[in-house]
Amino acid sequence: MTQAEIKLCSLLLQEHFGEIVEKIGVHLIRTGSQPLRVIAHDTGTSLDQVKKALCVLIQHNLVIYQVHKRGVVEYEAQCNRVLRMLRYPRYIYTAKTLYSDTGELIVEELLLNGKMTMSAVVKKVADRLTETMEDGKTMDYAEVSNTFVRLVDTHFVQRCPLVPATENSDTGPPPPAPTLVINEKDMYLVPKLSLIGKGKRRRSSDEDATGEPKAKRPKQSTDNKEPIPDDGIYWQANLDRFHQHFRDQAIVSAVANRMDQTSSEIVRTMLRMSEVTTPSGAPFTQPLSSNEIFRSLPVGYNISKQVLDQYLTLLADDPLEFVGKSGDSGGGIFGSRCARIFRLVLQKKHLEQKQVEDFAMIPAKEAKDMLYKMLSENFISLQEIPKTPDHAPSRTFYLYTVNILSAARMLLHRCYKSVANLIERRQFETKENKRLLEKSQRVEAIIASMQATGAEEAQLQEIEEMITAPERQQLETLKRNVNKLDACEIQVDETIFLLESYIESTMKRQ
Amino acid sequence: MVFPIGCLNSQAPSIMASRGGGRGCGRGQLTFNVEAVGIGKGDALPPPTLQPSPLFPPLEFRPVPLPSGEEGEYVLALKQELRGAMRQLPYFIRPAVPKRDVERYSDKYQMSGPIDNAIDWNPDWRRLPRELKIRVRKLQKERTTIILPKRPPKTTEDKEETIQKLETLEKKEEEVTSEEDEEKEEEEEKEEEEEEEYDEEEHEEETDYIMSYFDNGEDFGGDSDDNMDEAIY
Repeated sequence: MTQAEIKLCSLLLQEHFGEIVEKIGVHLIRTGSQPLRVIAHDTGTSLDQVKKALCVLIQHNLVIYQVHKRGVVEYEAQCNRVLRMLRYPRYIYTAKTLYSDTGELIVEELLLNGKMTMSAVVKKVADRLTETMEDGKTMDYAEVSNTFVRLVDTHFVQRCPLVPATENSDTGPPPPAPTLVINEKDMYLVPKLSLIGKGKRRRSSDEDATGEPKAKRPKQSTDNKEPIPDDGIYWQANLDRFHQHFRDQAIVSAVANRMDQTSSEIVRTMLRMSEVTTPSGAPFTQPLSSNEIFRSLPVGYNISKQVLDQYLTLLADDPLEFVGKSGDSGGGIFGSRCARIFRLVLQKKHLEQKQVEDFAMIPAKEAKDMLYKMLSENFISLQEIPKTPDHAPSRTFYLYTVNILSAARMLLHRCYKSVANLIERRQFETKENKRLLEKSQRVEAIIASMQATGAEEAQLQEIEEMITAPERQQLETLKRNVNKLDACEIQVDETIFLLESYIESTMKRQ
Repeated sequence: MVFPIGCLNSQAPSIMASRGGGRGCGRGQLTFNVEAVGIGKGDALPPPTLQPSPLFPPLEFRPVPLPSGEEGEYVLALKQELRGAMRQLPYFIRPAVPKRDVERYSDKYQMSGPIDNAIDWNPDWRRLPRELKIRVRKLQKERTTIILPKRPPKTTEDKEETIQKLETLEKKEEEVTSEEDEEKEEEEEKEEEEEEEYDEEEHEEETDYIMSYFDNGEDFGGDSDDNMDEAIY
């Protein structure tokens, strides 16, 4: 793991789980697999704190454990999984677009809690949805269950590995840690649950939505006494499936940019057909015959078979090969001319200095300048081709070439650094204005409580004036900056996703 | 491959001398034909860099615009909401609040997080290694271990100590302890002994008024007997 990745993981863990979990998590990422006592000793934290932190990390699928010989349990961190936390909003938004609010909340609960049983998820989501509905209406458990099942069917939600059922407990003392197993075919098997009920609304009045008096509402303790039918069956969000979805989206939009709407529809159809037949990590989809594609095209598109064939040949001949970096508006860091040179060298594979100038139609001086800039940033490299066996410099060709895999890796590393910088800057801004933020929160709380008890307009205004105009301005600026930084993080994460997918698929192809 | 382009500048002839083995006018000798890479004769090269690059170099080209519109706004709001929500969940472990120097009245009414290092949520212990579980002990066991050693000396100080101990026990509805619990109890006892002196001051006459604030006028006028040259107005 590079330093940049470790730094980013540290920031993410700290923001979402606090400093103690961050310390343990980062330590495990740095050192690899370690048992409990060693972690406590090396980090200087008390055993209890380490236990708490590990529970949280395991619950959220960020750390796994393994039983070694002599009963020693070792814990290992999954650095890549920690980096995924940056993408949580995107997963939730995708669920919203595909399965509306219910789907959105299901995925959100699963991501916030790591893993949950189906009944727990359904109950919580129904309650949350009921909160937002109009008075008197409630969300039925059945509807939430239906959406849950649909999410499982399309593989967006999957089962967690299970504790194996112990047949006889006479085989000695129980192991120090269970070995969790999961069967491929069981991963998307929904247990037969009959979840009947409606979401409950939190109310300060005496009766709740279902008409039961408040006193009879079951408390936390009694809930545990009822047998949970799907006890032990936990579900988690299947991030790989979301990634597949993003990738398909990116491919379709790239094709649409490069060609036209119809060809993008064709590609979308191909991808949809391959969803079931191809595992998500495969570099190529299964070959599809044009007849199959023709039959599967959406109803609105009545293009003839010949036209379809033409499109397919066009798509096959395109040198871009679909998966790769998406377009650069304005040319990015170096400008559009540099981008032209870069694309040129990429296409022609190897070029001499003179050839670059000629093909790109850029004056020699500028071309030289740009080439050296890109060279110093490692986007382009020099390849020596000796004419003579003694590699004499005066008789050697020096060609510019692009090694796209290493360029992609370098860019990815830069992205990680950028996100870490963005998060740090955001935390710094928030810390600078901490006093002001606390003050405004207090004022808001006072106003809210006064409104609840029915205060006059004049009093409310008086309280609001506790925050002076320049302070208000400062708050506005702070909010704007924080929003900007957050939006930047989201944007850089999209680039990270593309680069990671590219590197992964290229490695698989080799 | 990084060129030390600065060194090709004719303003550094001494370096050139050691490199090329001879002072040539213009540039020194390099091992390869410079023209092949594109530096022709007589071209002006960029000046040498004498300081580290600035921390925030000016951007020559504008960056890609941020995501905006409905989707962008929604995802942004989601992100900020998630951040806030995660801080409230029991998975966010805050470091233990350091014990303040004085035991305050309000401490009795503030629930400072989970009692003695327990976890706020209930994981499925069947899925986790056994060693991660923080053990729970029963209430009665603790009570007997604490009160018994305190009973023999029945002075006022110890009475107050036991009262405080009983109060802290009453606070705990669910008794949760850990392996290092014994050590912690000893620490707590030590701290309370240190606090005792201060508490005595407060509890002496069992009034609500702290004794040290009361000024009974004994010190007044005593200081003015030293070397008074100036008149008192």
